[in-house]
Amino acid sequence: MRRLILALILGLLLGFLFGYTASAVLAQGEEPPAPSDNEVNAIAKNLYCPVCENVPLDVCPTQACIQWRAQIGDLLAQGYSEQAIYDYFVAQYGDSVLASPPARGLNWLIYVVPPVAVLLGAVLLYRRMTIWRQAEELAAPQATTSDYNQRVEDELEARR
Amino acid sequence: MIVNLGFGALLIAFILCIYGAAAAAYGARDGRDPWLASARSAMLLTFPLLTLAALSIIYALVTFDFQLDYVASVTSRSMPTYLRVTALWGGQAGSLLFWAWLMSAFASAVMLRDWRRDREFLPWVILVSLVTLGFFLALIIFFENPFARLWQGVTGTVFAGVWQPAGAIPYIPIDGNGLNPLLRHPGMIIHPPMLYLGFVSFVIPFAFAIAALITGRSDDRWIRLTRRWTLWAWLFLSLGLILGSRWAYDVIGWGGYWGWDPVEIAAFMPWLTGTACLHSVMIQEKRGLFKHWNMLLIILTYDLVIFGTFLTRSGVLSSVHAFAQSAIGPLFFVFIAATLLLSLYLLNRRWESLKAEGEMTSWLSREALFLVNNLLFIGILVVCFWGVVFPLITEASGAIGEWFPSLRGIFSGQRITVGPLFYERATGPLWAGLLLLMGIAPLSAWRASTARTLGRAIWKPFAISLLVLAGMLIGGLRSFGALLGLWLCAFVLLVTAYEFWRGMRARAARGENYFAALANLMARNRRRYGGYIIHIGVILIAIGIIGVEFFQTETQGQLAIGESLEIADYRMEYESLSEWNTNDNRLVDRAVVSVYKDGVFLRELYPRRDYYYESQQAMTIPGVRSTIEEDFYVLLVEWEEISASRATFKIYHSPLINWIWIGGLVFVVGNLIAAWPQAEAYDARLRRTAPAGARAEAG
Repeated sequence: MRRLILALILGLLLGFLFGYTASAVLAQGEEPPAPSDNEVNAIAKNLYCPVCENVPLDVCPTQACIQWRAQIGDLLAQGYSEQAIYDYFVAQYGDSVLASPPARGLNWLIYVVPPVAVLLGAVLLYRRMTIWRQAEELAAPQATTSDYNQRVEDELEARR
Repeated sequence: MIVNLGFGALLIAFILCIYGAAAAAYGARDGRDPWLASARSAMLLTFPLLTLAALSIIYALVTFDFQLDYVASVTSRSMPTYLRVTALWGGQAGSLLFWAWLMSAFASAVMLRDWRRDREFLPWVILVSLVTLGFFLALIIFFENPFARLWQGVTGTVFAGVWQPAGAIPYIPIDGNGLNPLLRHPGMIIHPPMLYLGFVSFVIPFAFAIAALITGRSDDRWIRLTRRWTLWAWLFLSLGLILGSRWAYDVIGWGGYWGWDPVEIAAFMPWLTGTACLHSVMIQEKRGLFKHWNMLLIILTYDLVIFGTFLTRSGVLSSVHAFAQSAIGPLFFVFIAATLLLSLYLLNRRWESLKAEGEMTSWLSREALFLVNNLLFIGILVVCFWGVVFPLITEASGAIGEWFPSLRGIFSGQRITVGPLFYERATGPLWAGLLLLMGIAPLSAWRASTARTLGRAIWKPFAISLLVLAGMLIGGLRSFGALLGLWLCAFVLLVTAYEFWRGMRARAARGENYFAALANLMARNRRRYGGYIIHIGVILIAIGIIGVEFFQTETQGQLAIGESLEIADYRMEYESLSEWNTNDNRLVDRAVVSVYKDGVFLRELYPRRDYYYESQQAMTIPGVRSTIEEDFYVLLVEWEEISASRATFKIYHSPLINWIWIGGLVFVVGNLIAAWPQAEAYDARLRRTAPAGARAEAG
């Protein structure tokens, strides 16, 4: 009986040790969860492949773009950050893969020119308007208009 | 035989363009009427000749005349007849011929009007029309000829050429390459013709403007003569853009309606200047102001039409180098530069005589607000133009880097992509400004308008719009952009309704019932009330855009049969996938999915992927459940071959998206009301009954 109890305890201990070791080994080899399609698309949305003009990567149906998306998934799984993935593709294929040009070098002009042009237009409009109003005031001095209005009012009053 | 006839007609039309332009210029002087009549006949003759040329190409497309290079490149035996006809505008050479044919139709229609009163304009209108037409015909005949045939040389090489080279024999492929799958959509039957109609009809107001500049007519006669043309041109262009957005939604498989693609922008730019022009010409008619500006706008619109055609036809969008290698790219460039410089020279020559007849007195007057409206439209144009052109500049700047290696860091020659985010952020505030103006300007007065008078006119709709805003806040809407946009939409709708109500009430006070009052109001002032209906259409489109931009959601996932994917209140379950070959050379993979909303089964949808063997291209066709409040849009992205036990789907939930196309319809109705020719008869009636002084002013 004592032998049987000893065997059981030993068996339990062995079982526990085996189970613990196995689970630890398994946990070490377990891969992190694969990135979801939505996580891949959130990044692909901001990229363009050099071949499919003007079709964002997240919706492009060509085989090359499917492979690019898979590559984004792989990079995410390897722990790359979003910016690191953009940098990776820029290093491979150049700035044209980015949906928004990076603000460096000549590219600053893309962001600067439109607001400057609109502001310039607004200033020109304002100046033109001011000149027009001044011209109007010079052409029709207030006193003359008032005199004329007063005369009209007086004559209307006289007729009533 | 018929094809040879068509080619002959094309050549004669080109010769007539050269002759007619020269005869018109010579016949411009008094006493040379026979020359002018001859030039007019030449213009009129181009239409039947180009009709013959276009019909002969259509005949070749329908009868599979594969010896013609164009036919072999855009059709195949498996294509249905209607697609073979639409293949006329499915490729480069055919598109140019179609463009020229429509141009000749419009210019000929202008020739048929009664010219006795405006004889001085006639030669220059003919000249401008024929020079533009002649330019396109030259491109067709010498560089992009749809009549070019395939030949096999002595060495066995196959090449295209109009004439048979010595020793070569005709080469007839067994089948053609077929039309680009993206163009095999019913929308393609009408979308490109509408865009082209819009493009070519803008040439007519430009021709009249140039005629006014050459003859020195400084009044607004050219505007009065062309305002209806401009409205029709604008209608066609708008319709082309709206149909294009629907086609993109149905065919491209991305859940969107507008991608800020350079080809879209190429058609959008003349629309922007055309819209600005339609507003600012009203100021010239009413107040005699902005004559220079209106000239400039119509010149810009014309050159943007040619520029748009250049962008899409020269290959420049693929690469600056493709442009340099293409035969027609540099020619387009030279033509645009020449017409722009010449027009600006003419404008400069007449600068003094086009001085304003009056002054603007108030920042809140309608003319001042229209001017701000023009500033905003031109601002959007600058964003669009810069976004399209800047990548070409960065690419071309590589040459500077090569000459001066120390500057290579700045002028790297690296191509960049300008995606939708740039356009959305840069134009968003400008669109909001335009919406605000649409609310204020209709209630402001011409000439003098003070904050007090404007406030008195505007406070009622403004107050109600604030209630709408409060309602949206109470309803839980918190997005600042959406709140601002929807509040502006509500404000404009209320102002427009208020304008209708005021007009109806005034007529009703004279004894008309309200329905008759509304009908009479619109019949008597079609341009104004047609314009208001256009505004309503624009607002409905804006509501649709706000719905998509602020509230669209999407998700993607791989499903086993029986599994489901959820978005908003919807659930979609993957049922099955099947694959088959069709008679028109497609491999179709079609999934069956069931759609549930709030747990209730709604219907099955069938997203699919069509693979075209001839062109080796795939098309993703969505399954869509459409309602007035939202779309559920599903795409088949990938699937496991053979077993089809797992497939990947992408689904979009797009609130309010259908209002874009409903608004488009309202927009078209408003435009038709404003542009309908009967209004001319009404004007004529008015002139007959008006006193002599008023008649002189109107003339």
